[in-house]
Amino acid sequence: MVKVKLTVNGRAVSGDCEERTLLVQFIREKLGLTGTHVGCDTTQCGTCVVHMDGKSVKSCSILAVQASGSSVTTIEGLAADGGLHPVQAAFKEHHGLQCGFCTPGMVMTAVDMIDRHGGQLDEQTVRQELEGNICRCTGYHNIVKAVLSANAEMHGGAKQAAE
Amino acid sequence: MGVEGIGARVARKEDKRFLTGKGRYTDDMVVPGMKYGYFVRSPHAHAKIRNVDISAAKAMPGVVDVLNGKQLREDGIGNLICGWMIHSKDGSAMKMGAWRPLAVETVRYVGDAVAIVIADSLDEARDAAESVVVDYEELPAVIEAVDALKPGAPQIHPEAVNNLIFDWEIGDAAAADQAIAQAAHVIEVDIVNNRLSPNAMEPRATLGIYDAGDDHYTCYTTSQNPHLARLVMSAFYNVAPENKLRVIAPDVGGGFGSKIYIYPEEIVCLWASKKTGVPVKWTADRTEAFLTDAHGRDHVSKVTMAFDADNRITALKVDTIANLGAYMSLFSSCVPTYLYATLLSGQYDIPAIHANVRTVYTNTAPVDAYRGAGRPEATYLLERTMDMAARELGVSPAELRRKNFIRSFPHQTPVILTYDAGDYEASLNAAMQAADWDGFAQRKEEASLRGMKRGIGMSCYIEACGLAPSQAVGSLGAGVGLWESAEVRVNAVGTVEVLTGSHSHGQGHETTFAQLVAGRLGVPIDSISIVHGDTDKVQMGMGTYGSRSGAVGMSAVAKALDKVEAKAKKIAAHLMEADESDIVIENGELKVAGTDKTLPWFQVALAAYTAHNLPSGMEPGLKETAFYDPSNFTFPAGCYICEVEVDPETGTTKIVQFVAADDFGNIINPMIVEGQVHGGLAQGIGQALLEGVHYDESGQLLTASYMDYAMPRADDLPSFDLSHQNTPCPSNPLGVKGCGEAGAIGSPPALMNAITDAIGNNMLTMPATPQKVWMAAQPTH
Repeated sequence: MVKVKLTVNGRAVSGDCEERTLLVQFIREKLGLTGTHVGCDTTQCGTCVVHMDGKSVKSCSILAVQASGSSVTTIEGLAADGGLHPVQAAFKEHHGLQCGFCTPGMVMTAVDMIDRHGGQLDEQTVRQELEGNICRCTGYHNIVKAVLSANAEMHGGAKQAAE
Repeated sequence: MGVEGIGARVARKEDKRFLTGKGRYTDDMVVPGMKYGYFVRSPHAHAKIRNVDISAAKAMPGVVDVLNGKQLREDGIGNLICGWMIHSKDGSAMKMGAWRPLAVETVRYVGDAVAIVIADSLDEARDAAESVVVDYEELPAVIEAVDALKPGAPQIHPEAVNNLIFDWEIGDAAAADQAIAQAAHVIEVDIVNNRLSPNAMEPRATLGIYDAGDDHYTCYTTSQNPHLARLVMSAFYNVAPENKLRVIAPDVGGGFGSKIYIYPEEIVCLWASKKTGVPVKWTADRTEAFLTDAHGRDHVSKVTMAFDADNRITALKVDTIANLGAYMSLFSSCVPTYLYATLLSGQYDIPAIHANVRTVYTNTAPVDAYRGAGRPEATYLLERTMDMAARELGVSPAELRRKNFIRSFPHQTPVILTYDAGDYEASLNAAMQAADWDGFAQRKEEASLRGMKRGIGMSCYIEACGLAPSQAVGSLGAGVGLWESAEVRVNAVGTVEVLTGSHSHGQGHETTFAQLVAGRLGVPIDSISIVHGDTDKVQMGMGTYGSRSGAVGMSAVAKALDKVEAKAKKIAAHLMEADESDIVIENGELKVAGTDKTLPWFQVALAAYTAHNLPSGMEPGLKETAFYDPSNFTFPAGCYICEVEVDPETGTTKIVQFVAADDFGNIINPMIVEGQVHGGLAQGIGQALLEGVHYDESGQLLTASYMDYAMPRADDLPSFDLSHQNTPCPSNPLGVKGCGEAGAIGSPPALMNAITDAIGNNMLTMPATPQKVWMAAQPTH
């Protein structure tokens, strides 16, 4: 057993787990934060995406012990005060979700994508950068719309450039 | 109907919990004392079980117990069933081989469950499962349905000689043969519909809880129809009596048909919970999902289509072999029969049709309904044949279709169905205009200058959905009735709870069902709650599949609302001393027509419960129930046009445009309908371009992960161009038809016809991978 200490959604947490425990298992089972999902065994589907020290990672491909000392944000910690982050709001407005299972991972990937590109996003880039997240419900059409809309919302000055 | 009523583009009520990580799926459930189940599964496609030794596994750390098929049999747990009886053309019943929840004597596909290990953690259960020693005697396996029918093929179930489950026919063979003999043109085509994995993003999961104090069972499960699960588990599997079994399907992360059926794991976890005294949760990993979720499609067909000298279709003859896998799943038998062959008339006036379907056991995972269930197979066959016919007859694919469209309704096809309403030409015209069909030649020319082969293809689909009516499906062999139930409970303060037997797993029922109520009563959508997916809350239901929630489920709600409104009007008339027939309900008020007398909705609701001043003899309360069983299926239809560019150097296909023109009848929420079409198109395009389940000759599944089974990703798909040309459905009070499956039904032939048009080779099969397209595009072919 190893002791894991990290910050999750702004709160210091710690717990004992087996060395082989994945970060996603730690988040879901030790912390009870079940918004982060598991959809495959091979790091292909992206339903488990969280942010670690500000970057999106697939929490099924990192050991909990590797994440020790880091700051992790899950879907539960994305928006403050029970509201919606602009990306979450855009997914709702543009119907970018159906069953909701891939949604937390999609949103976390989209937030990171928008942050990295600083407003310079177009449809082709969004589609390419969503390669690591699989959705079986929406056909991606509305997810792409939502990401572009949130990008415009969050980088108002760069909206023209994005379009 | 107001900003929140039918027809409004209302944002979904359920979205906030999904977007903030507050969705509650089965694997999220944790109950005190819960342990983890892990299944020991057969590594062989076909083998005898000589012995199962669980002694080493039972001694492993954290292990609570290890249970096997013999113990399950000793406890009287029944075989899995197929609920739709089909008879062969000689009158004999289909041949059902035994499917044990845990195999006892024989395993018949890779993934067949043999034992379950229950441990404190999933990791410990998985470790211990590796210590279960199963002594197998391998048997020869057969994978392809065509091979399974050959003399000398391995025999999978003793009941089914030559692995033939049934040999079924529909239509008039003599009439079809005669028309073919007299035809001016005859087109003969071989059609293969590739085997698919449904791949809902949420893997199947189940949590069985036995409460010894109350002798009561609870089953959380990833189900599209929890009531049917309760019925079947109690009536056929003897897991628990119906009155002591609660089945809850909470948030479910996609189904696409694969979560309609009852699987071994649900039965085993419930039984194991009683056996061990602890709640048992099992969640599939993705490889288990590929191995054990029922697959879809897998047909091979020979098609003969006859035309007269004027290019009118005179007959269609179809000979299909359908692979049903190692066991007959709950609805498997109706998929290649009544859900398939009854749609073979398509949108066309075909005087004579005959279809023969042979279904076959193989050493592969069971095959059952997958998005569209039979209708995609029929549409693909028909629409590929129409395109090949157009090519051979030297006419445009649009004109050949236009010439043969059914134009008057109701229309009785030669294969049972009576189409009630439609305007196929309207969809065709709209699609052709949106796709700029006339400008294609110029675009092709421009593409060829860039060295690209450009193609355009269309498909005109029809489906029978809104699955019901009970009498009809009963006459066709269904073991259940297909109606739907609803209860509308108005609370004392006027808020409304709607209980429905439909189940939402992504379709947005919490919004659309509430829209119906909001529109009718004029109360805010936030004051309406939709309750579903729990057999302790909703008495009975038949679940969601076959695009039945709107046409059947919401129609039941509309009927219950009729009764609620009638009673509310009686109360309001009494309170305002008016005639009941003068009361109208508008904008959250009950008004006396032609006067300024009015009562707010909540006040009438309160009056129903205070009961101080009700009409003489009236029962207090405002709560009504309805069961709705429609008079016919519904018939959504449409025209899809796809334009592609094929790179002749690499064989890569790029979709440059995809147009969908649909007739879904009345639309409840256009935003949700569009989303359903997008998702269906993605699955259909996935089938045509990327997806395919592959076993090797020994029965090992080669496509058992997302690294091997190509799922459509964002970059594989275009944005879609949608429109609607709606003819209201006359068979239900809402005039709705259903939209959930259309995209998956209509898109594969449109895309394959487009690629065929680009490369000029008819023989291409799905999925049209770059390698296959490149090969087919070579001049030698």
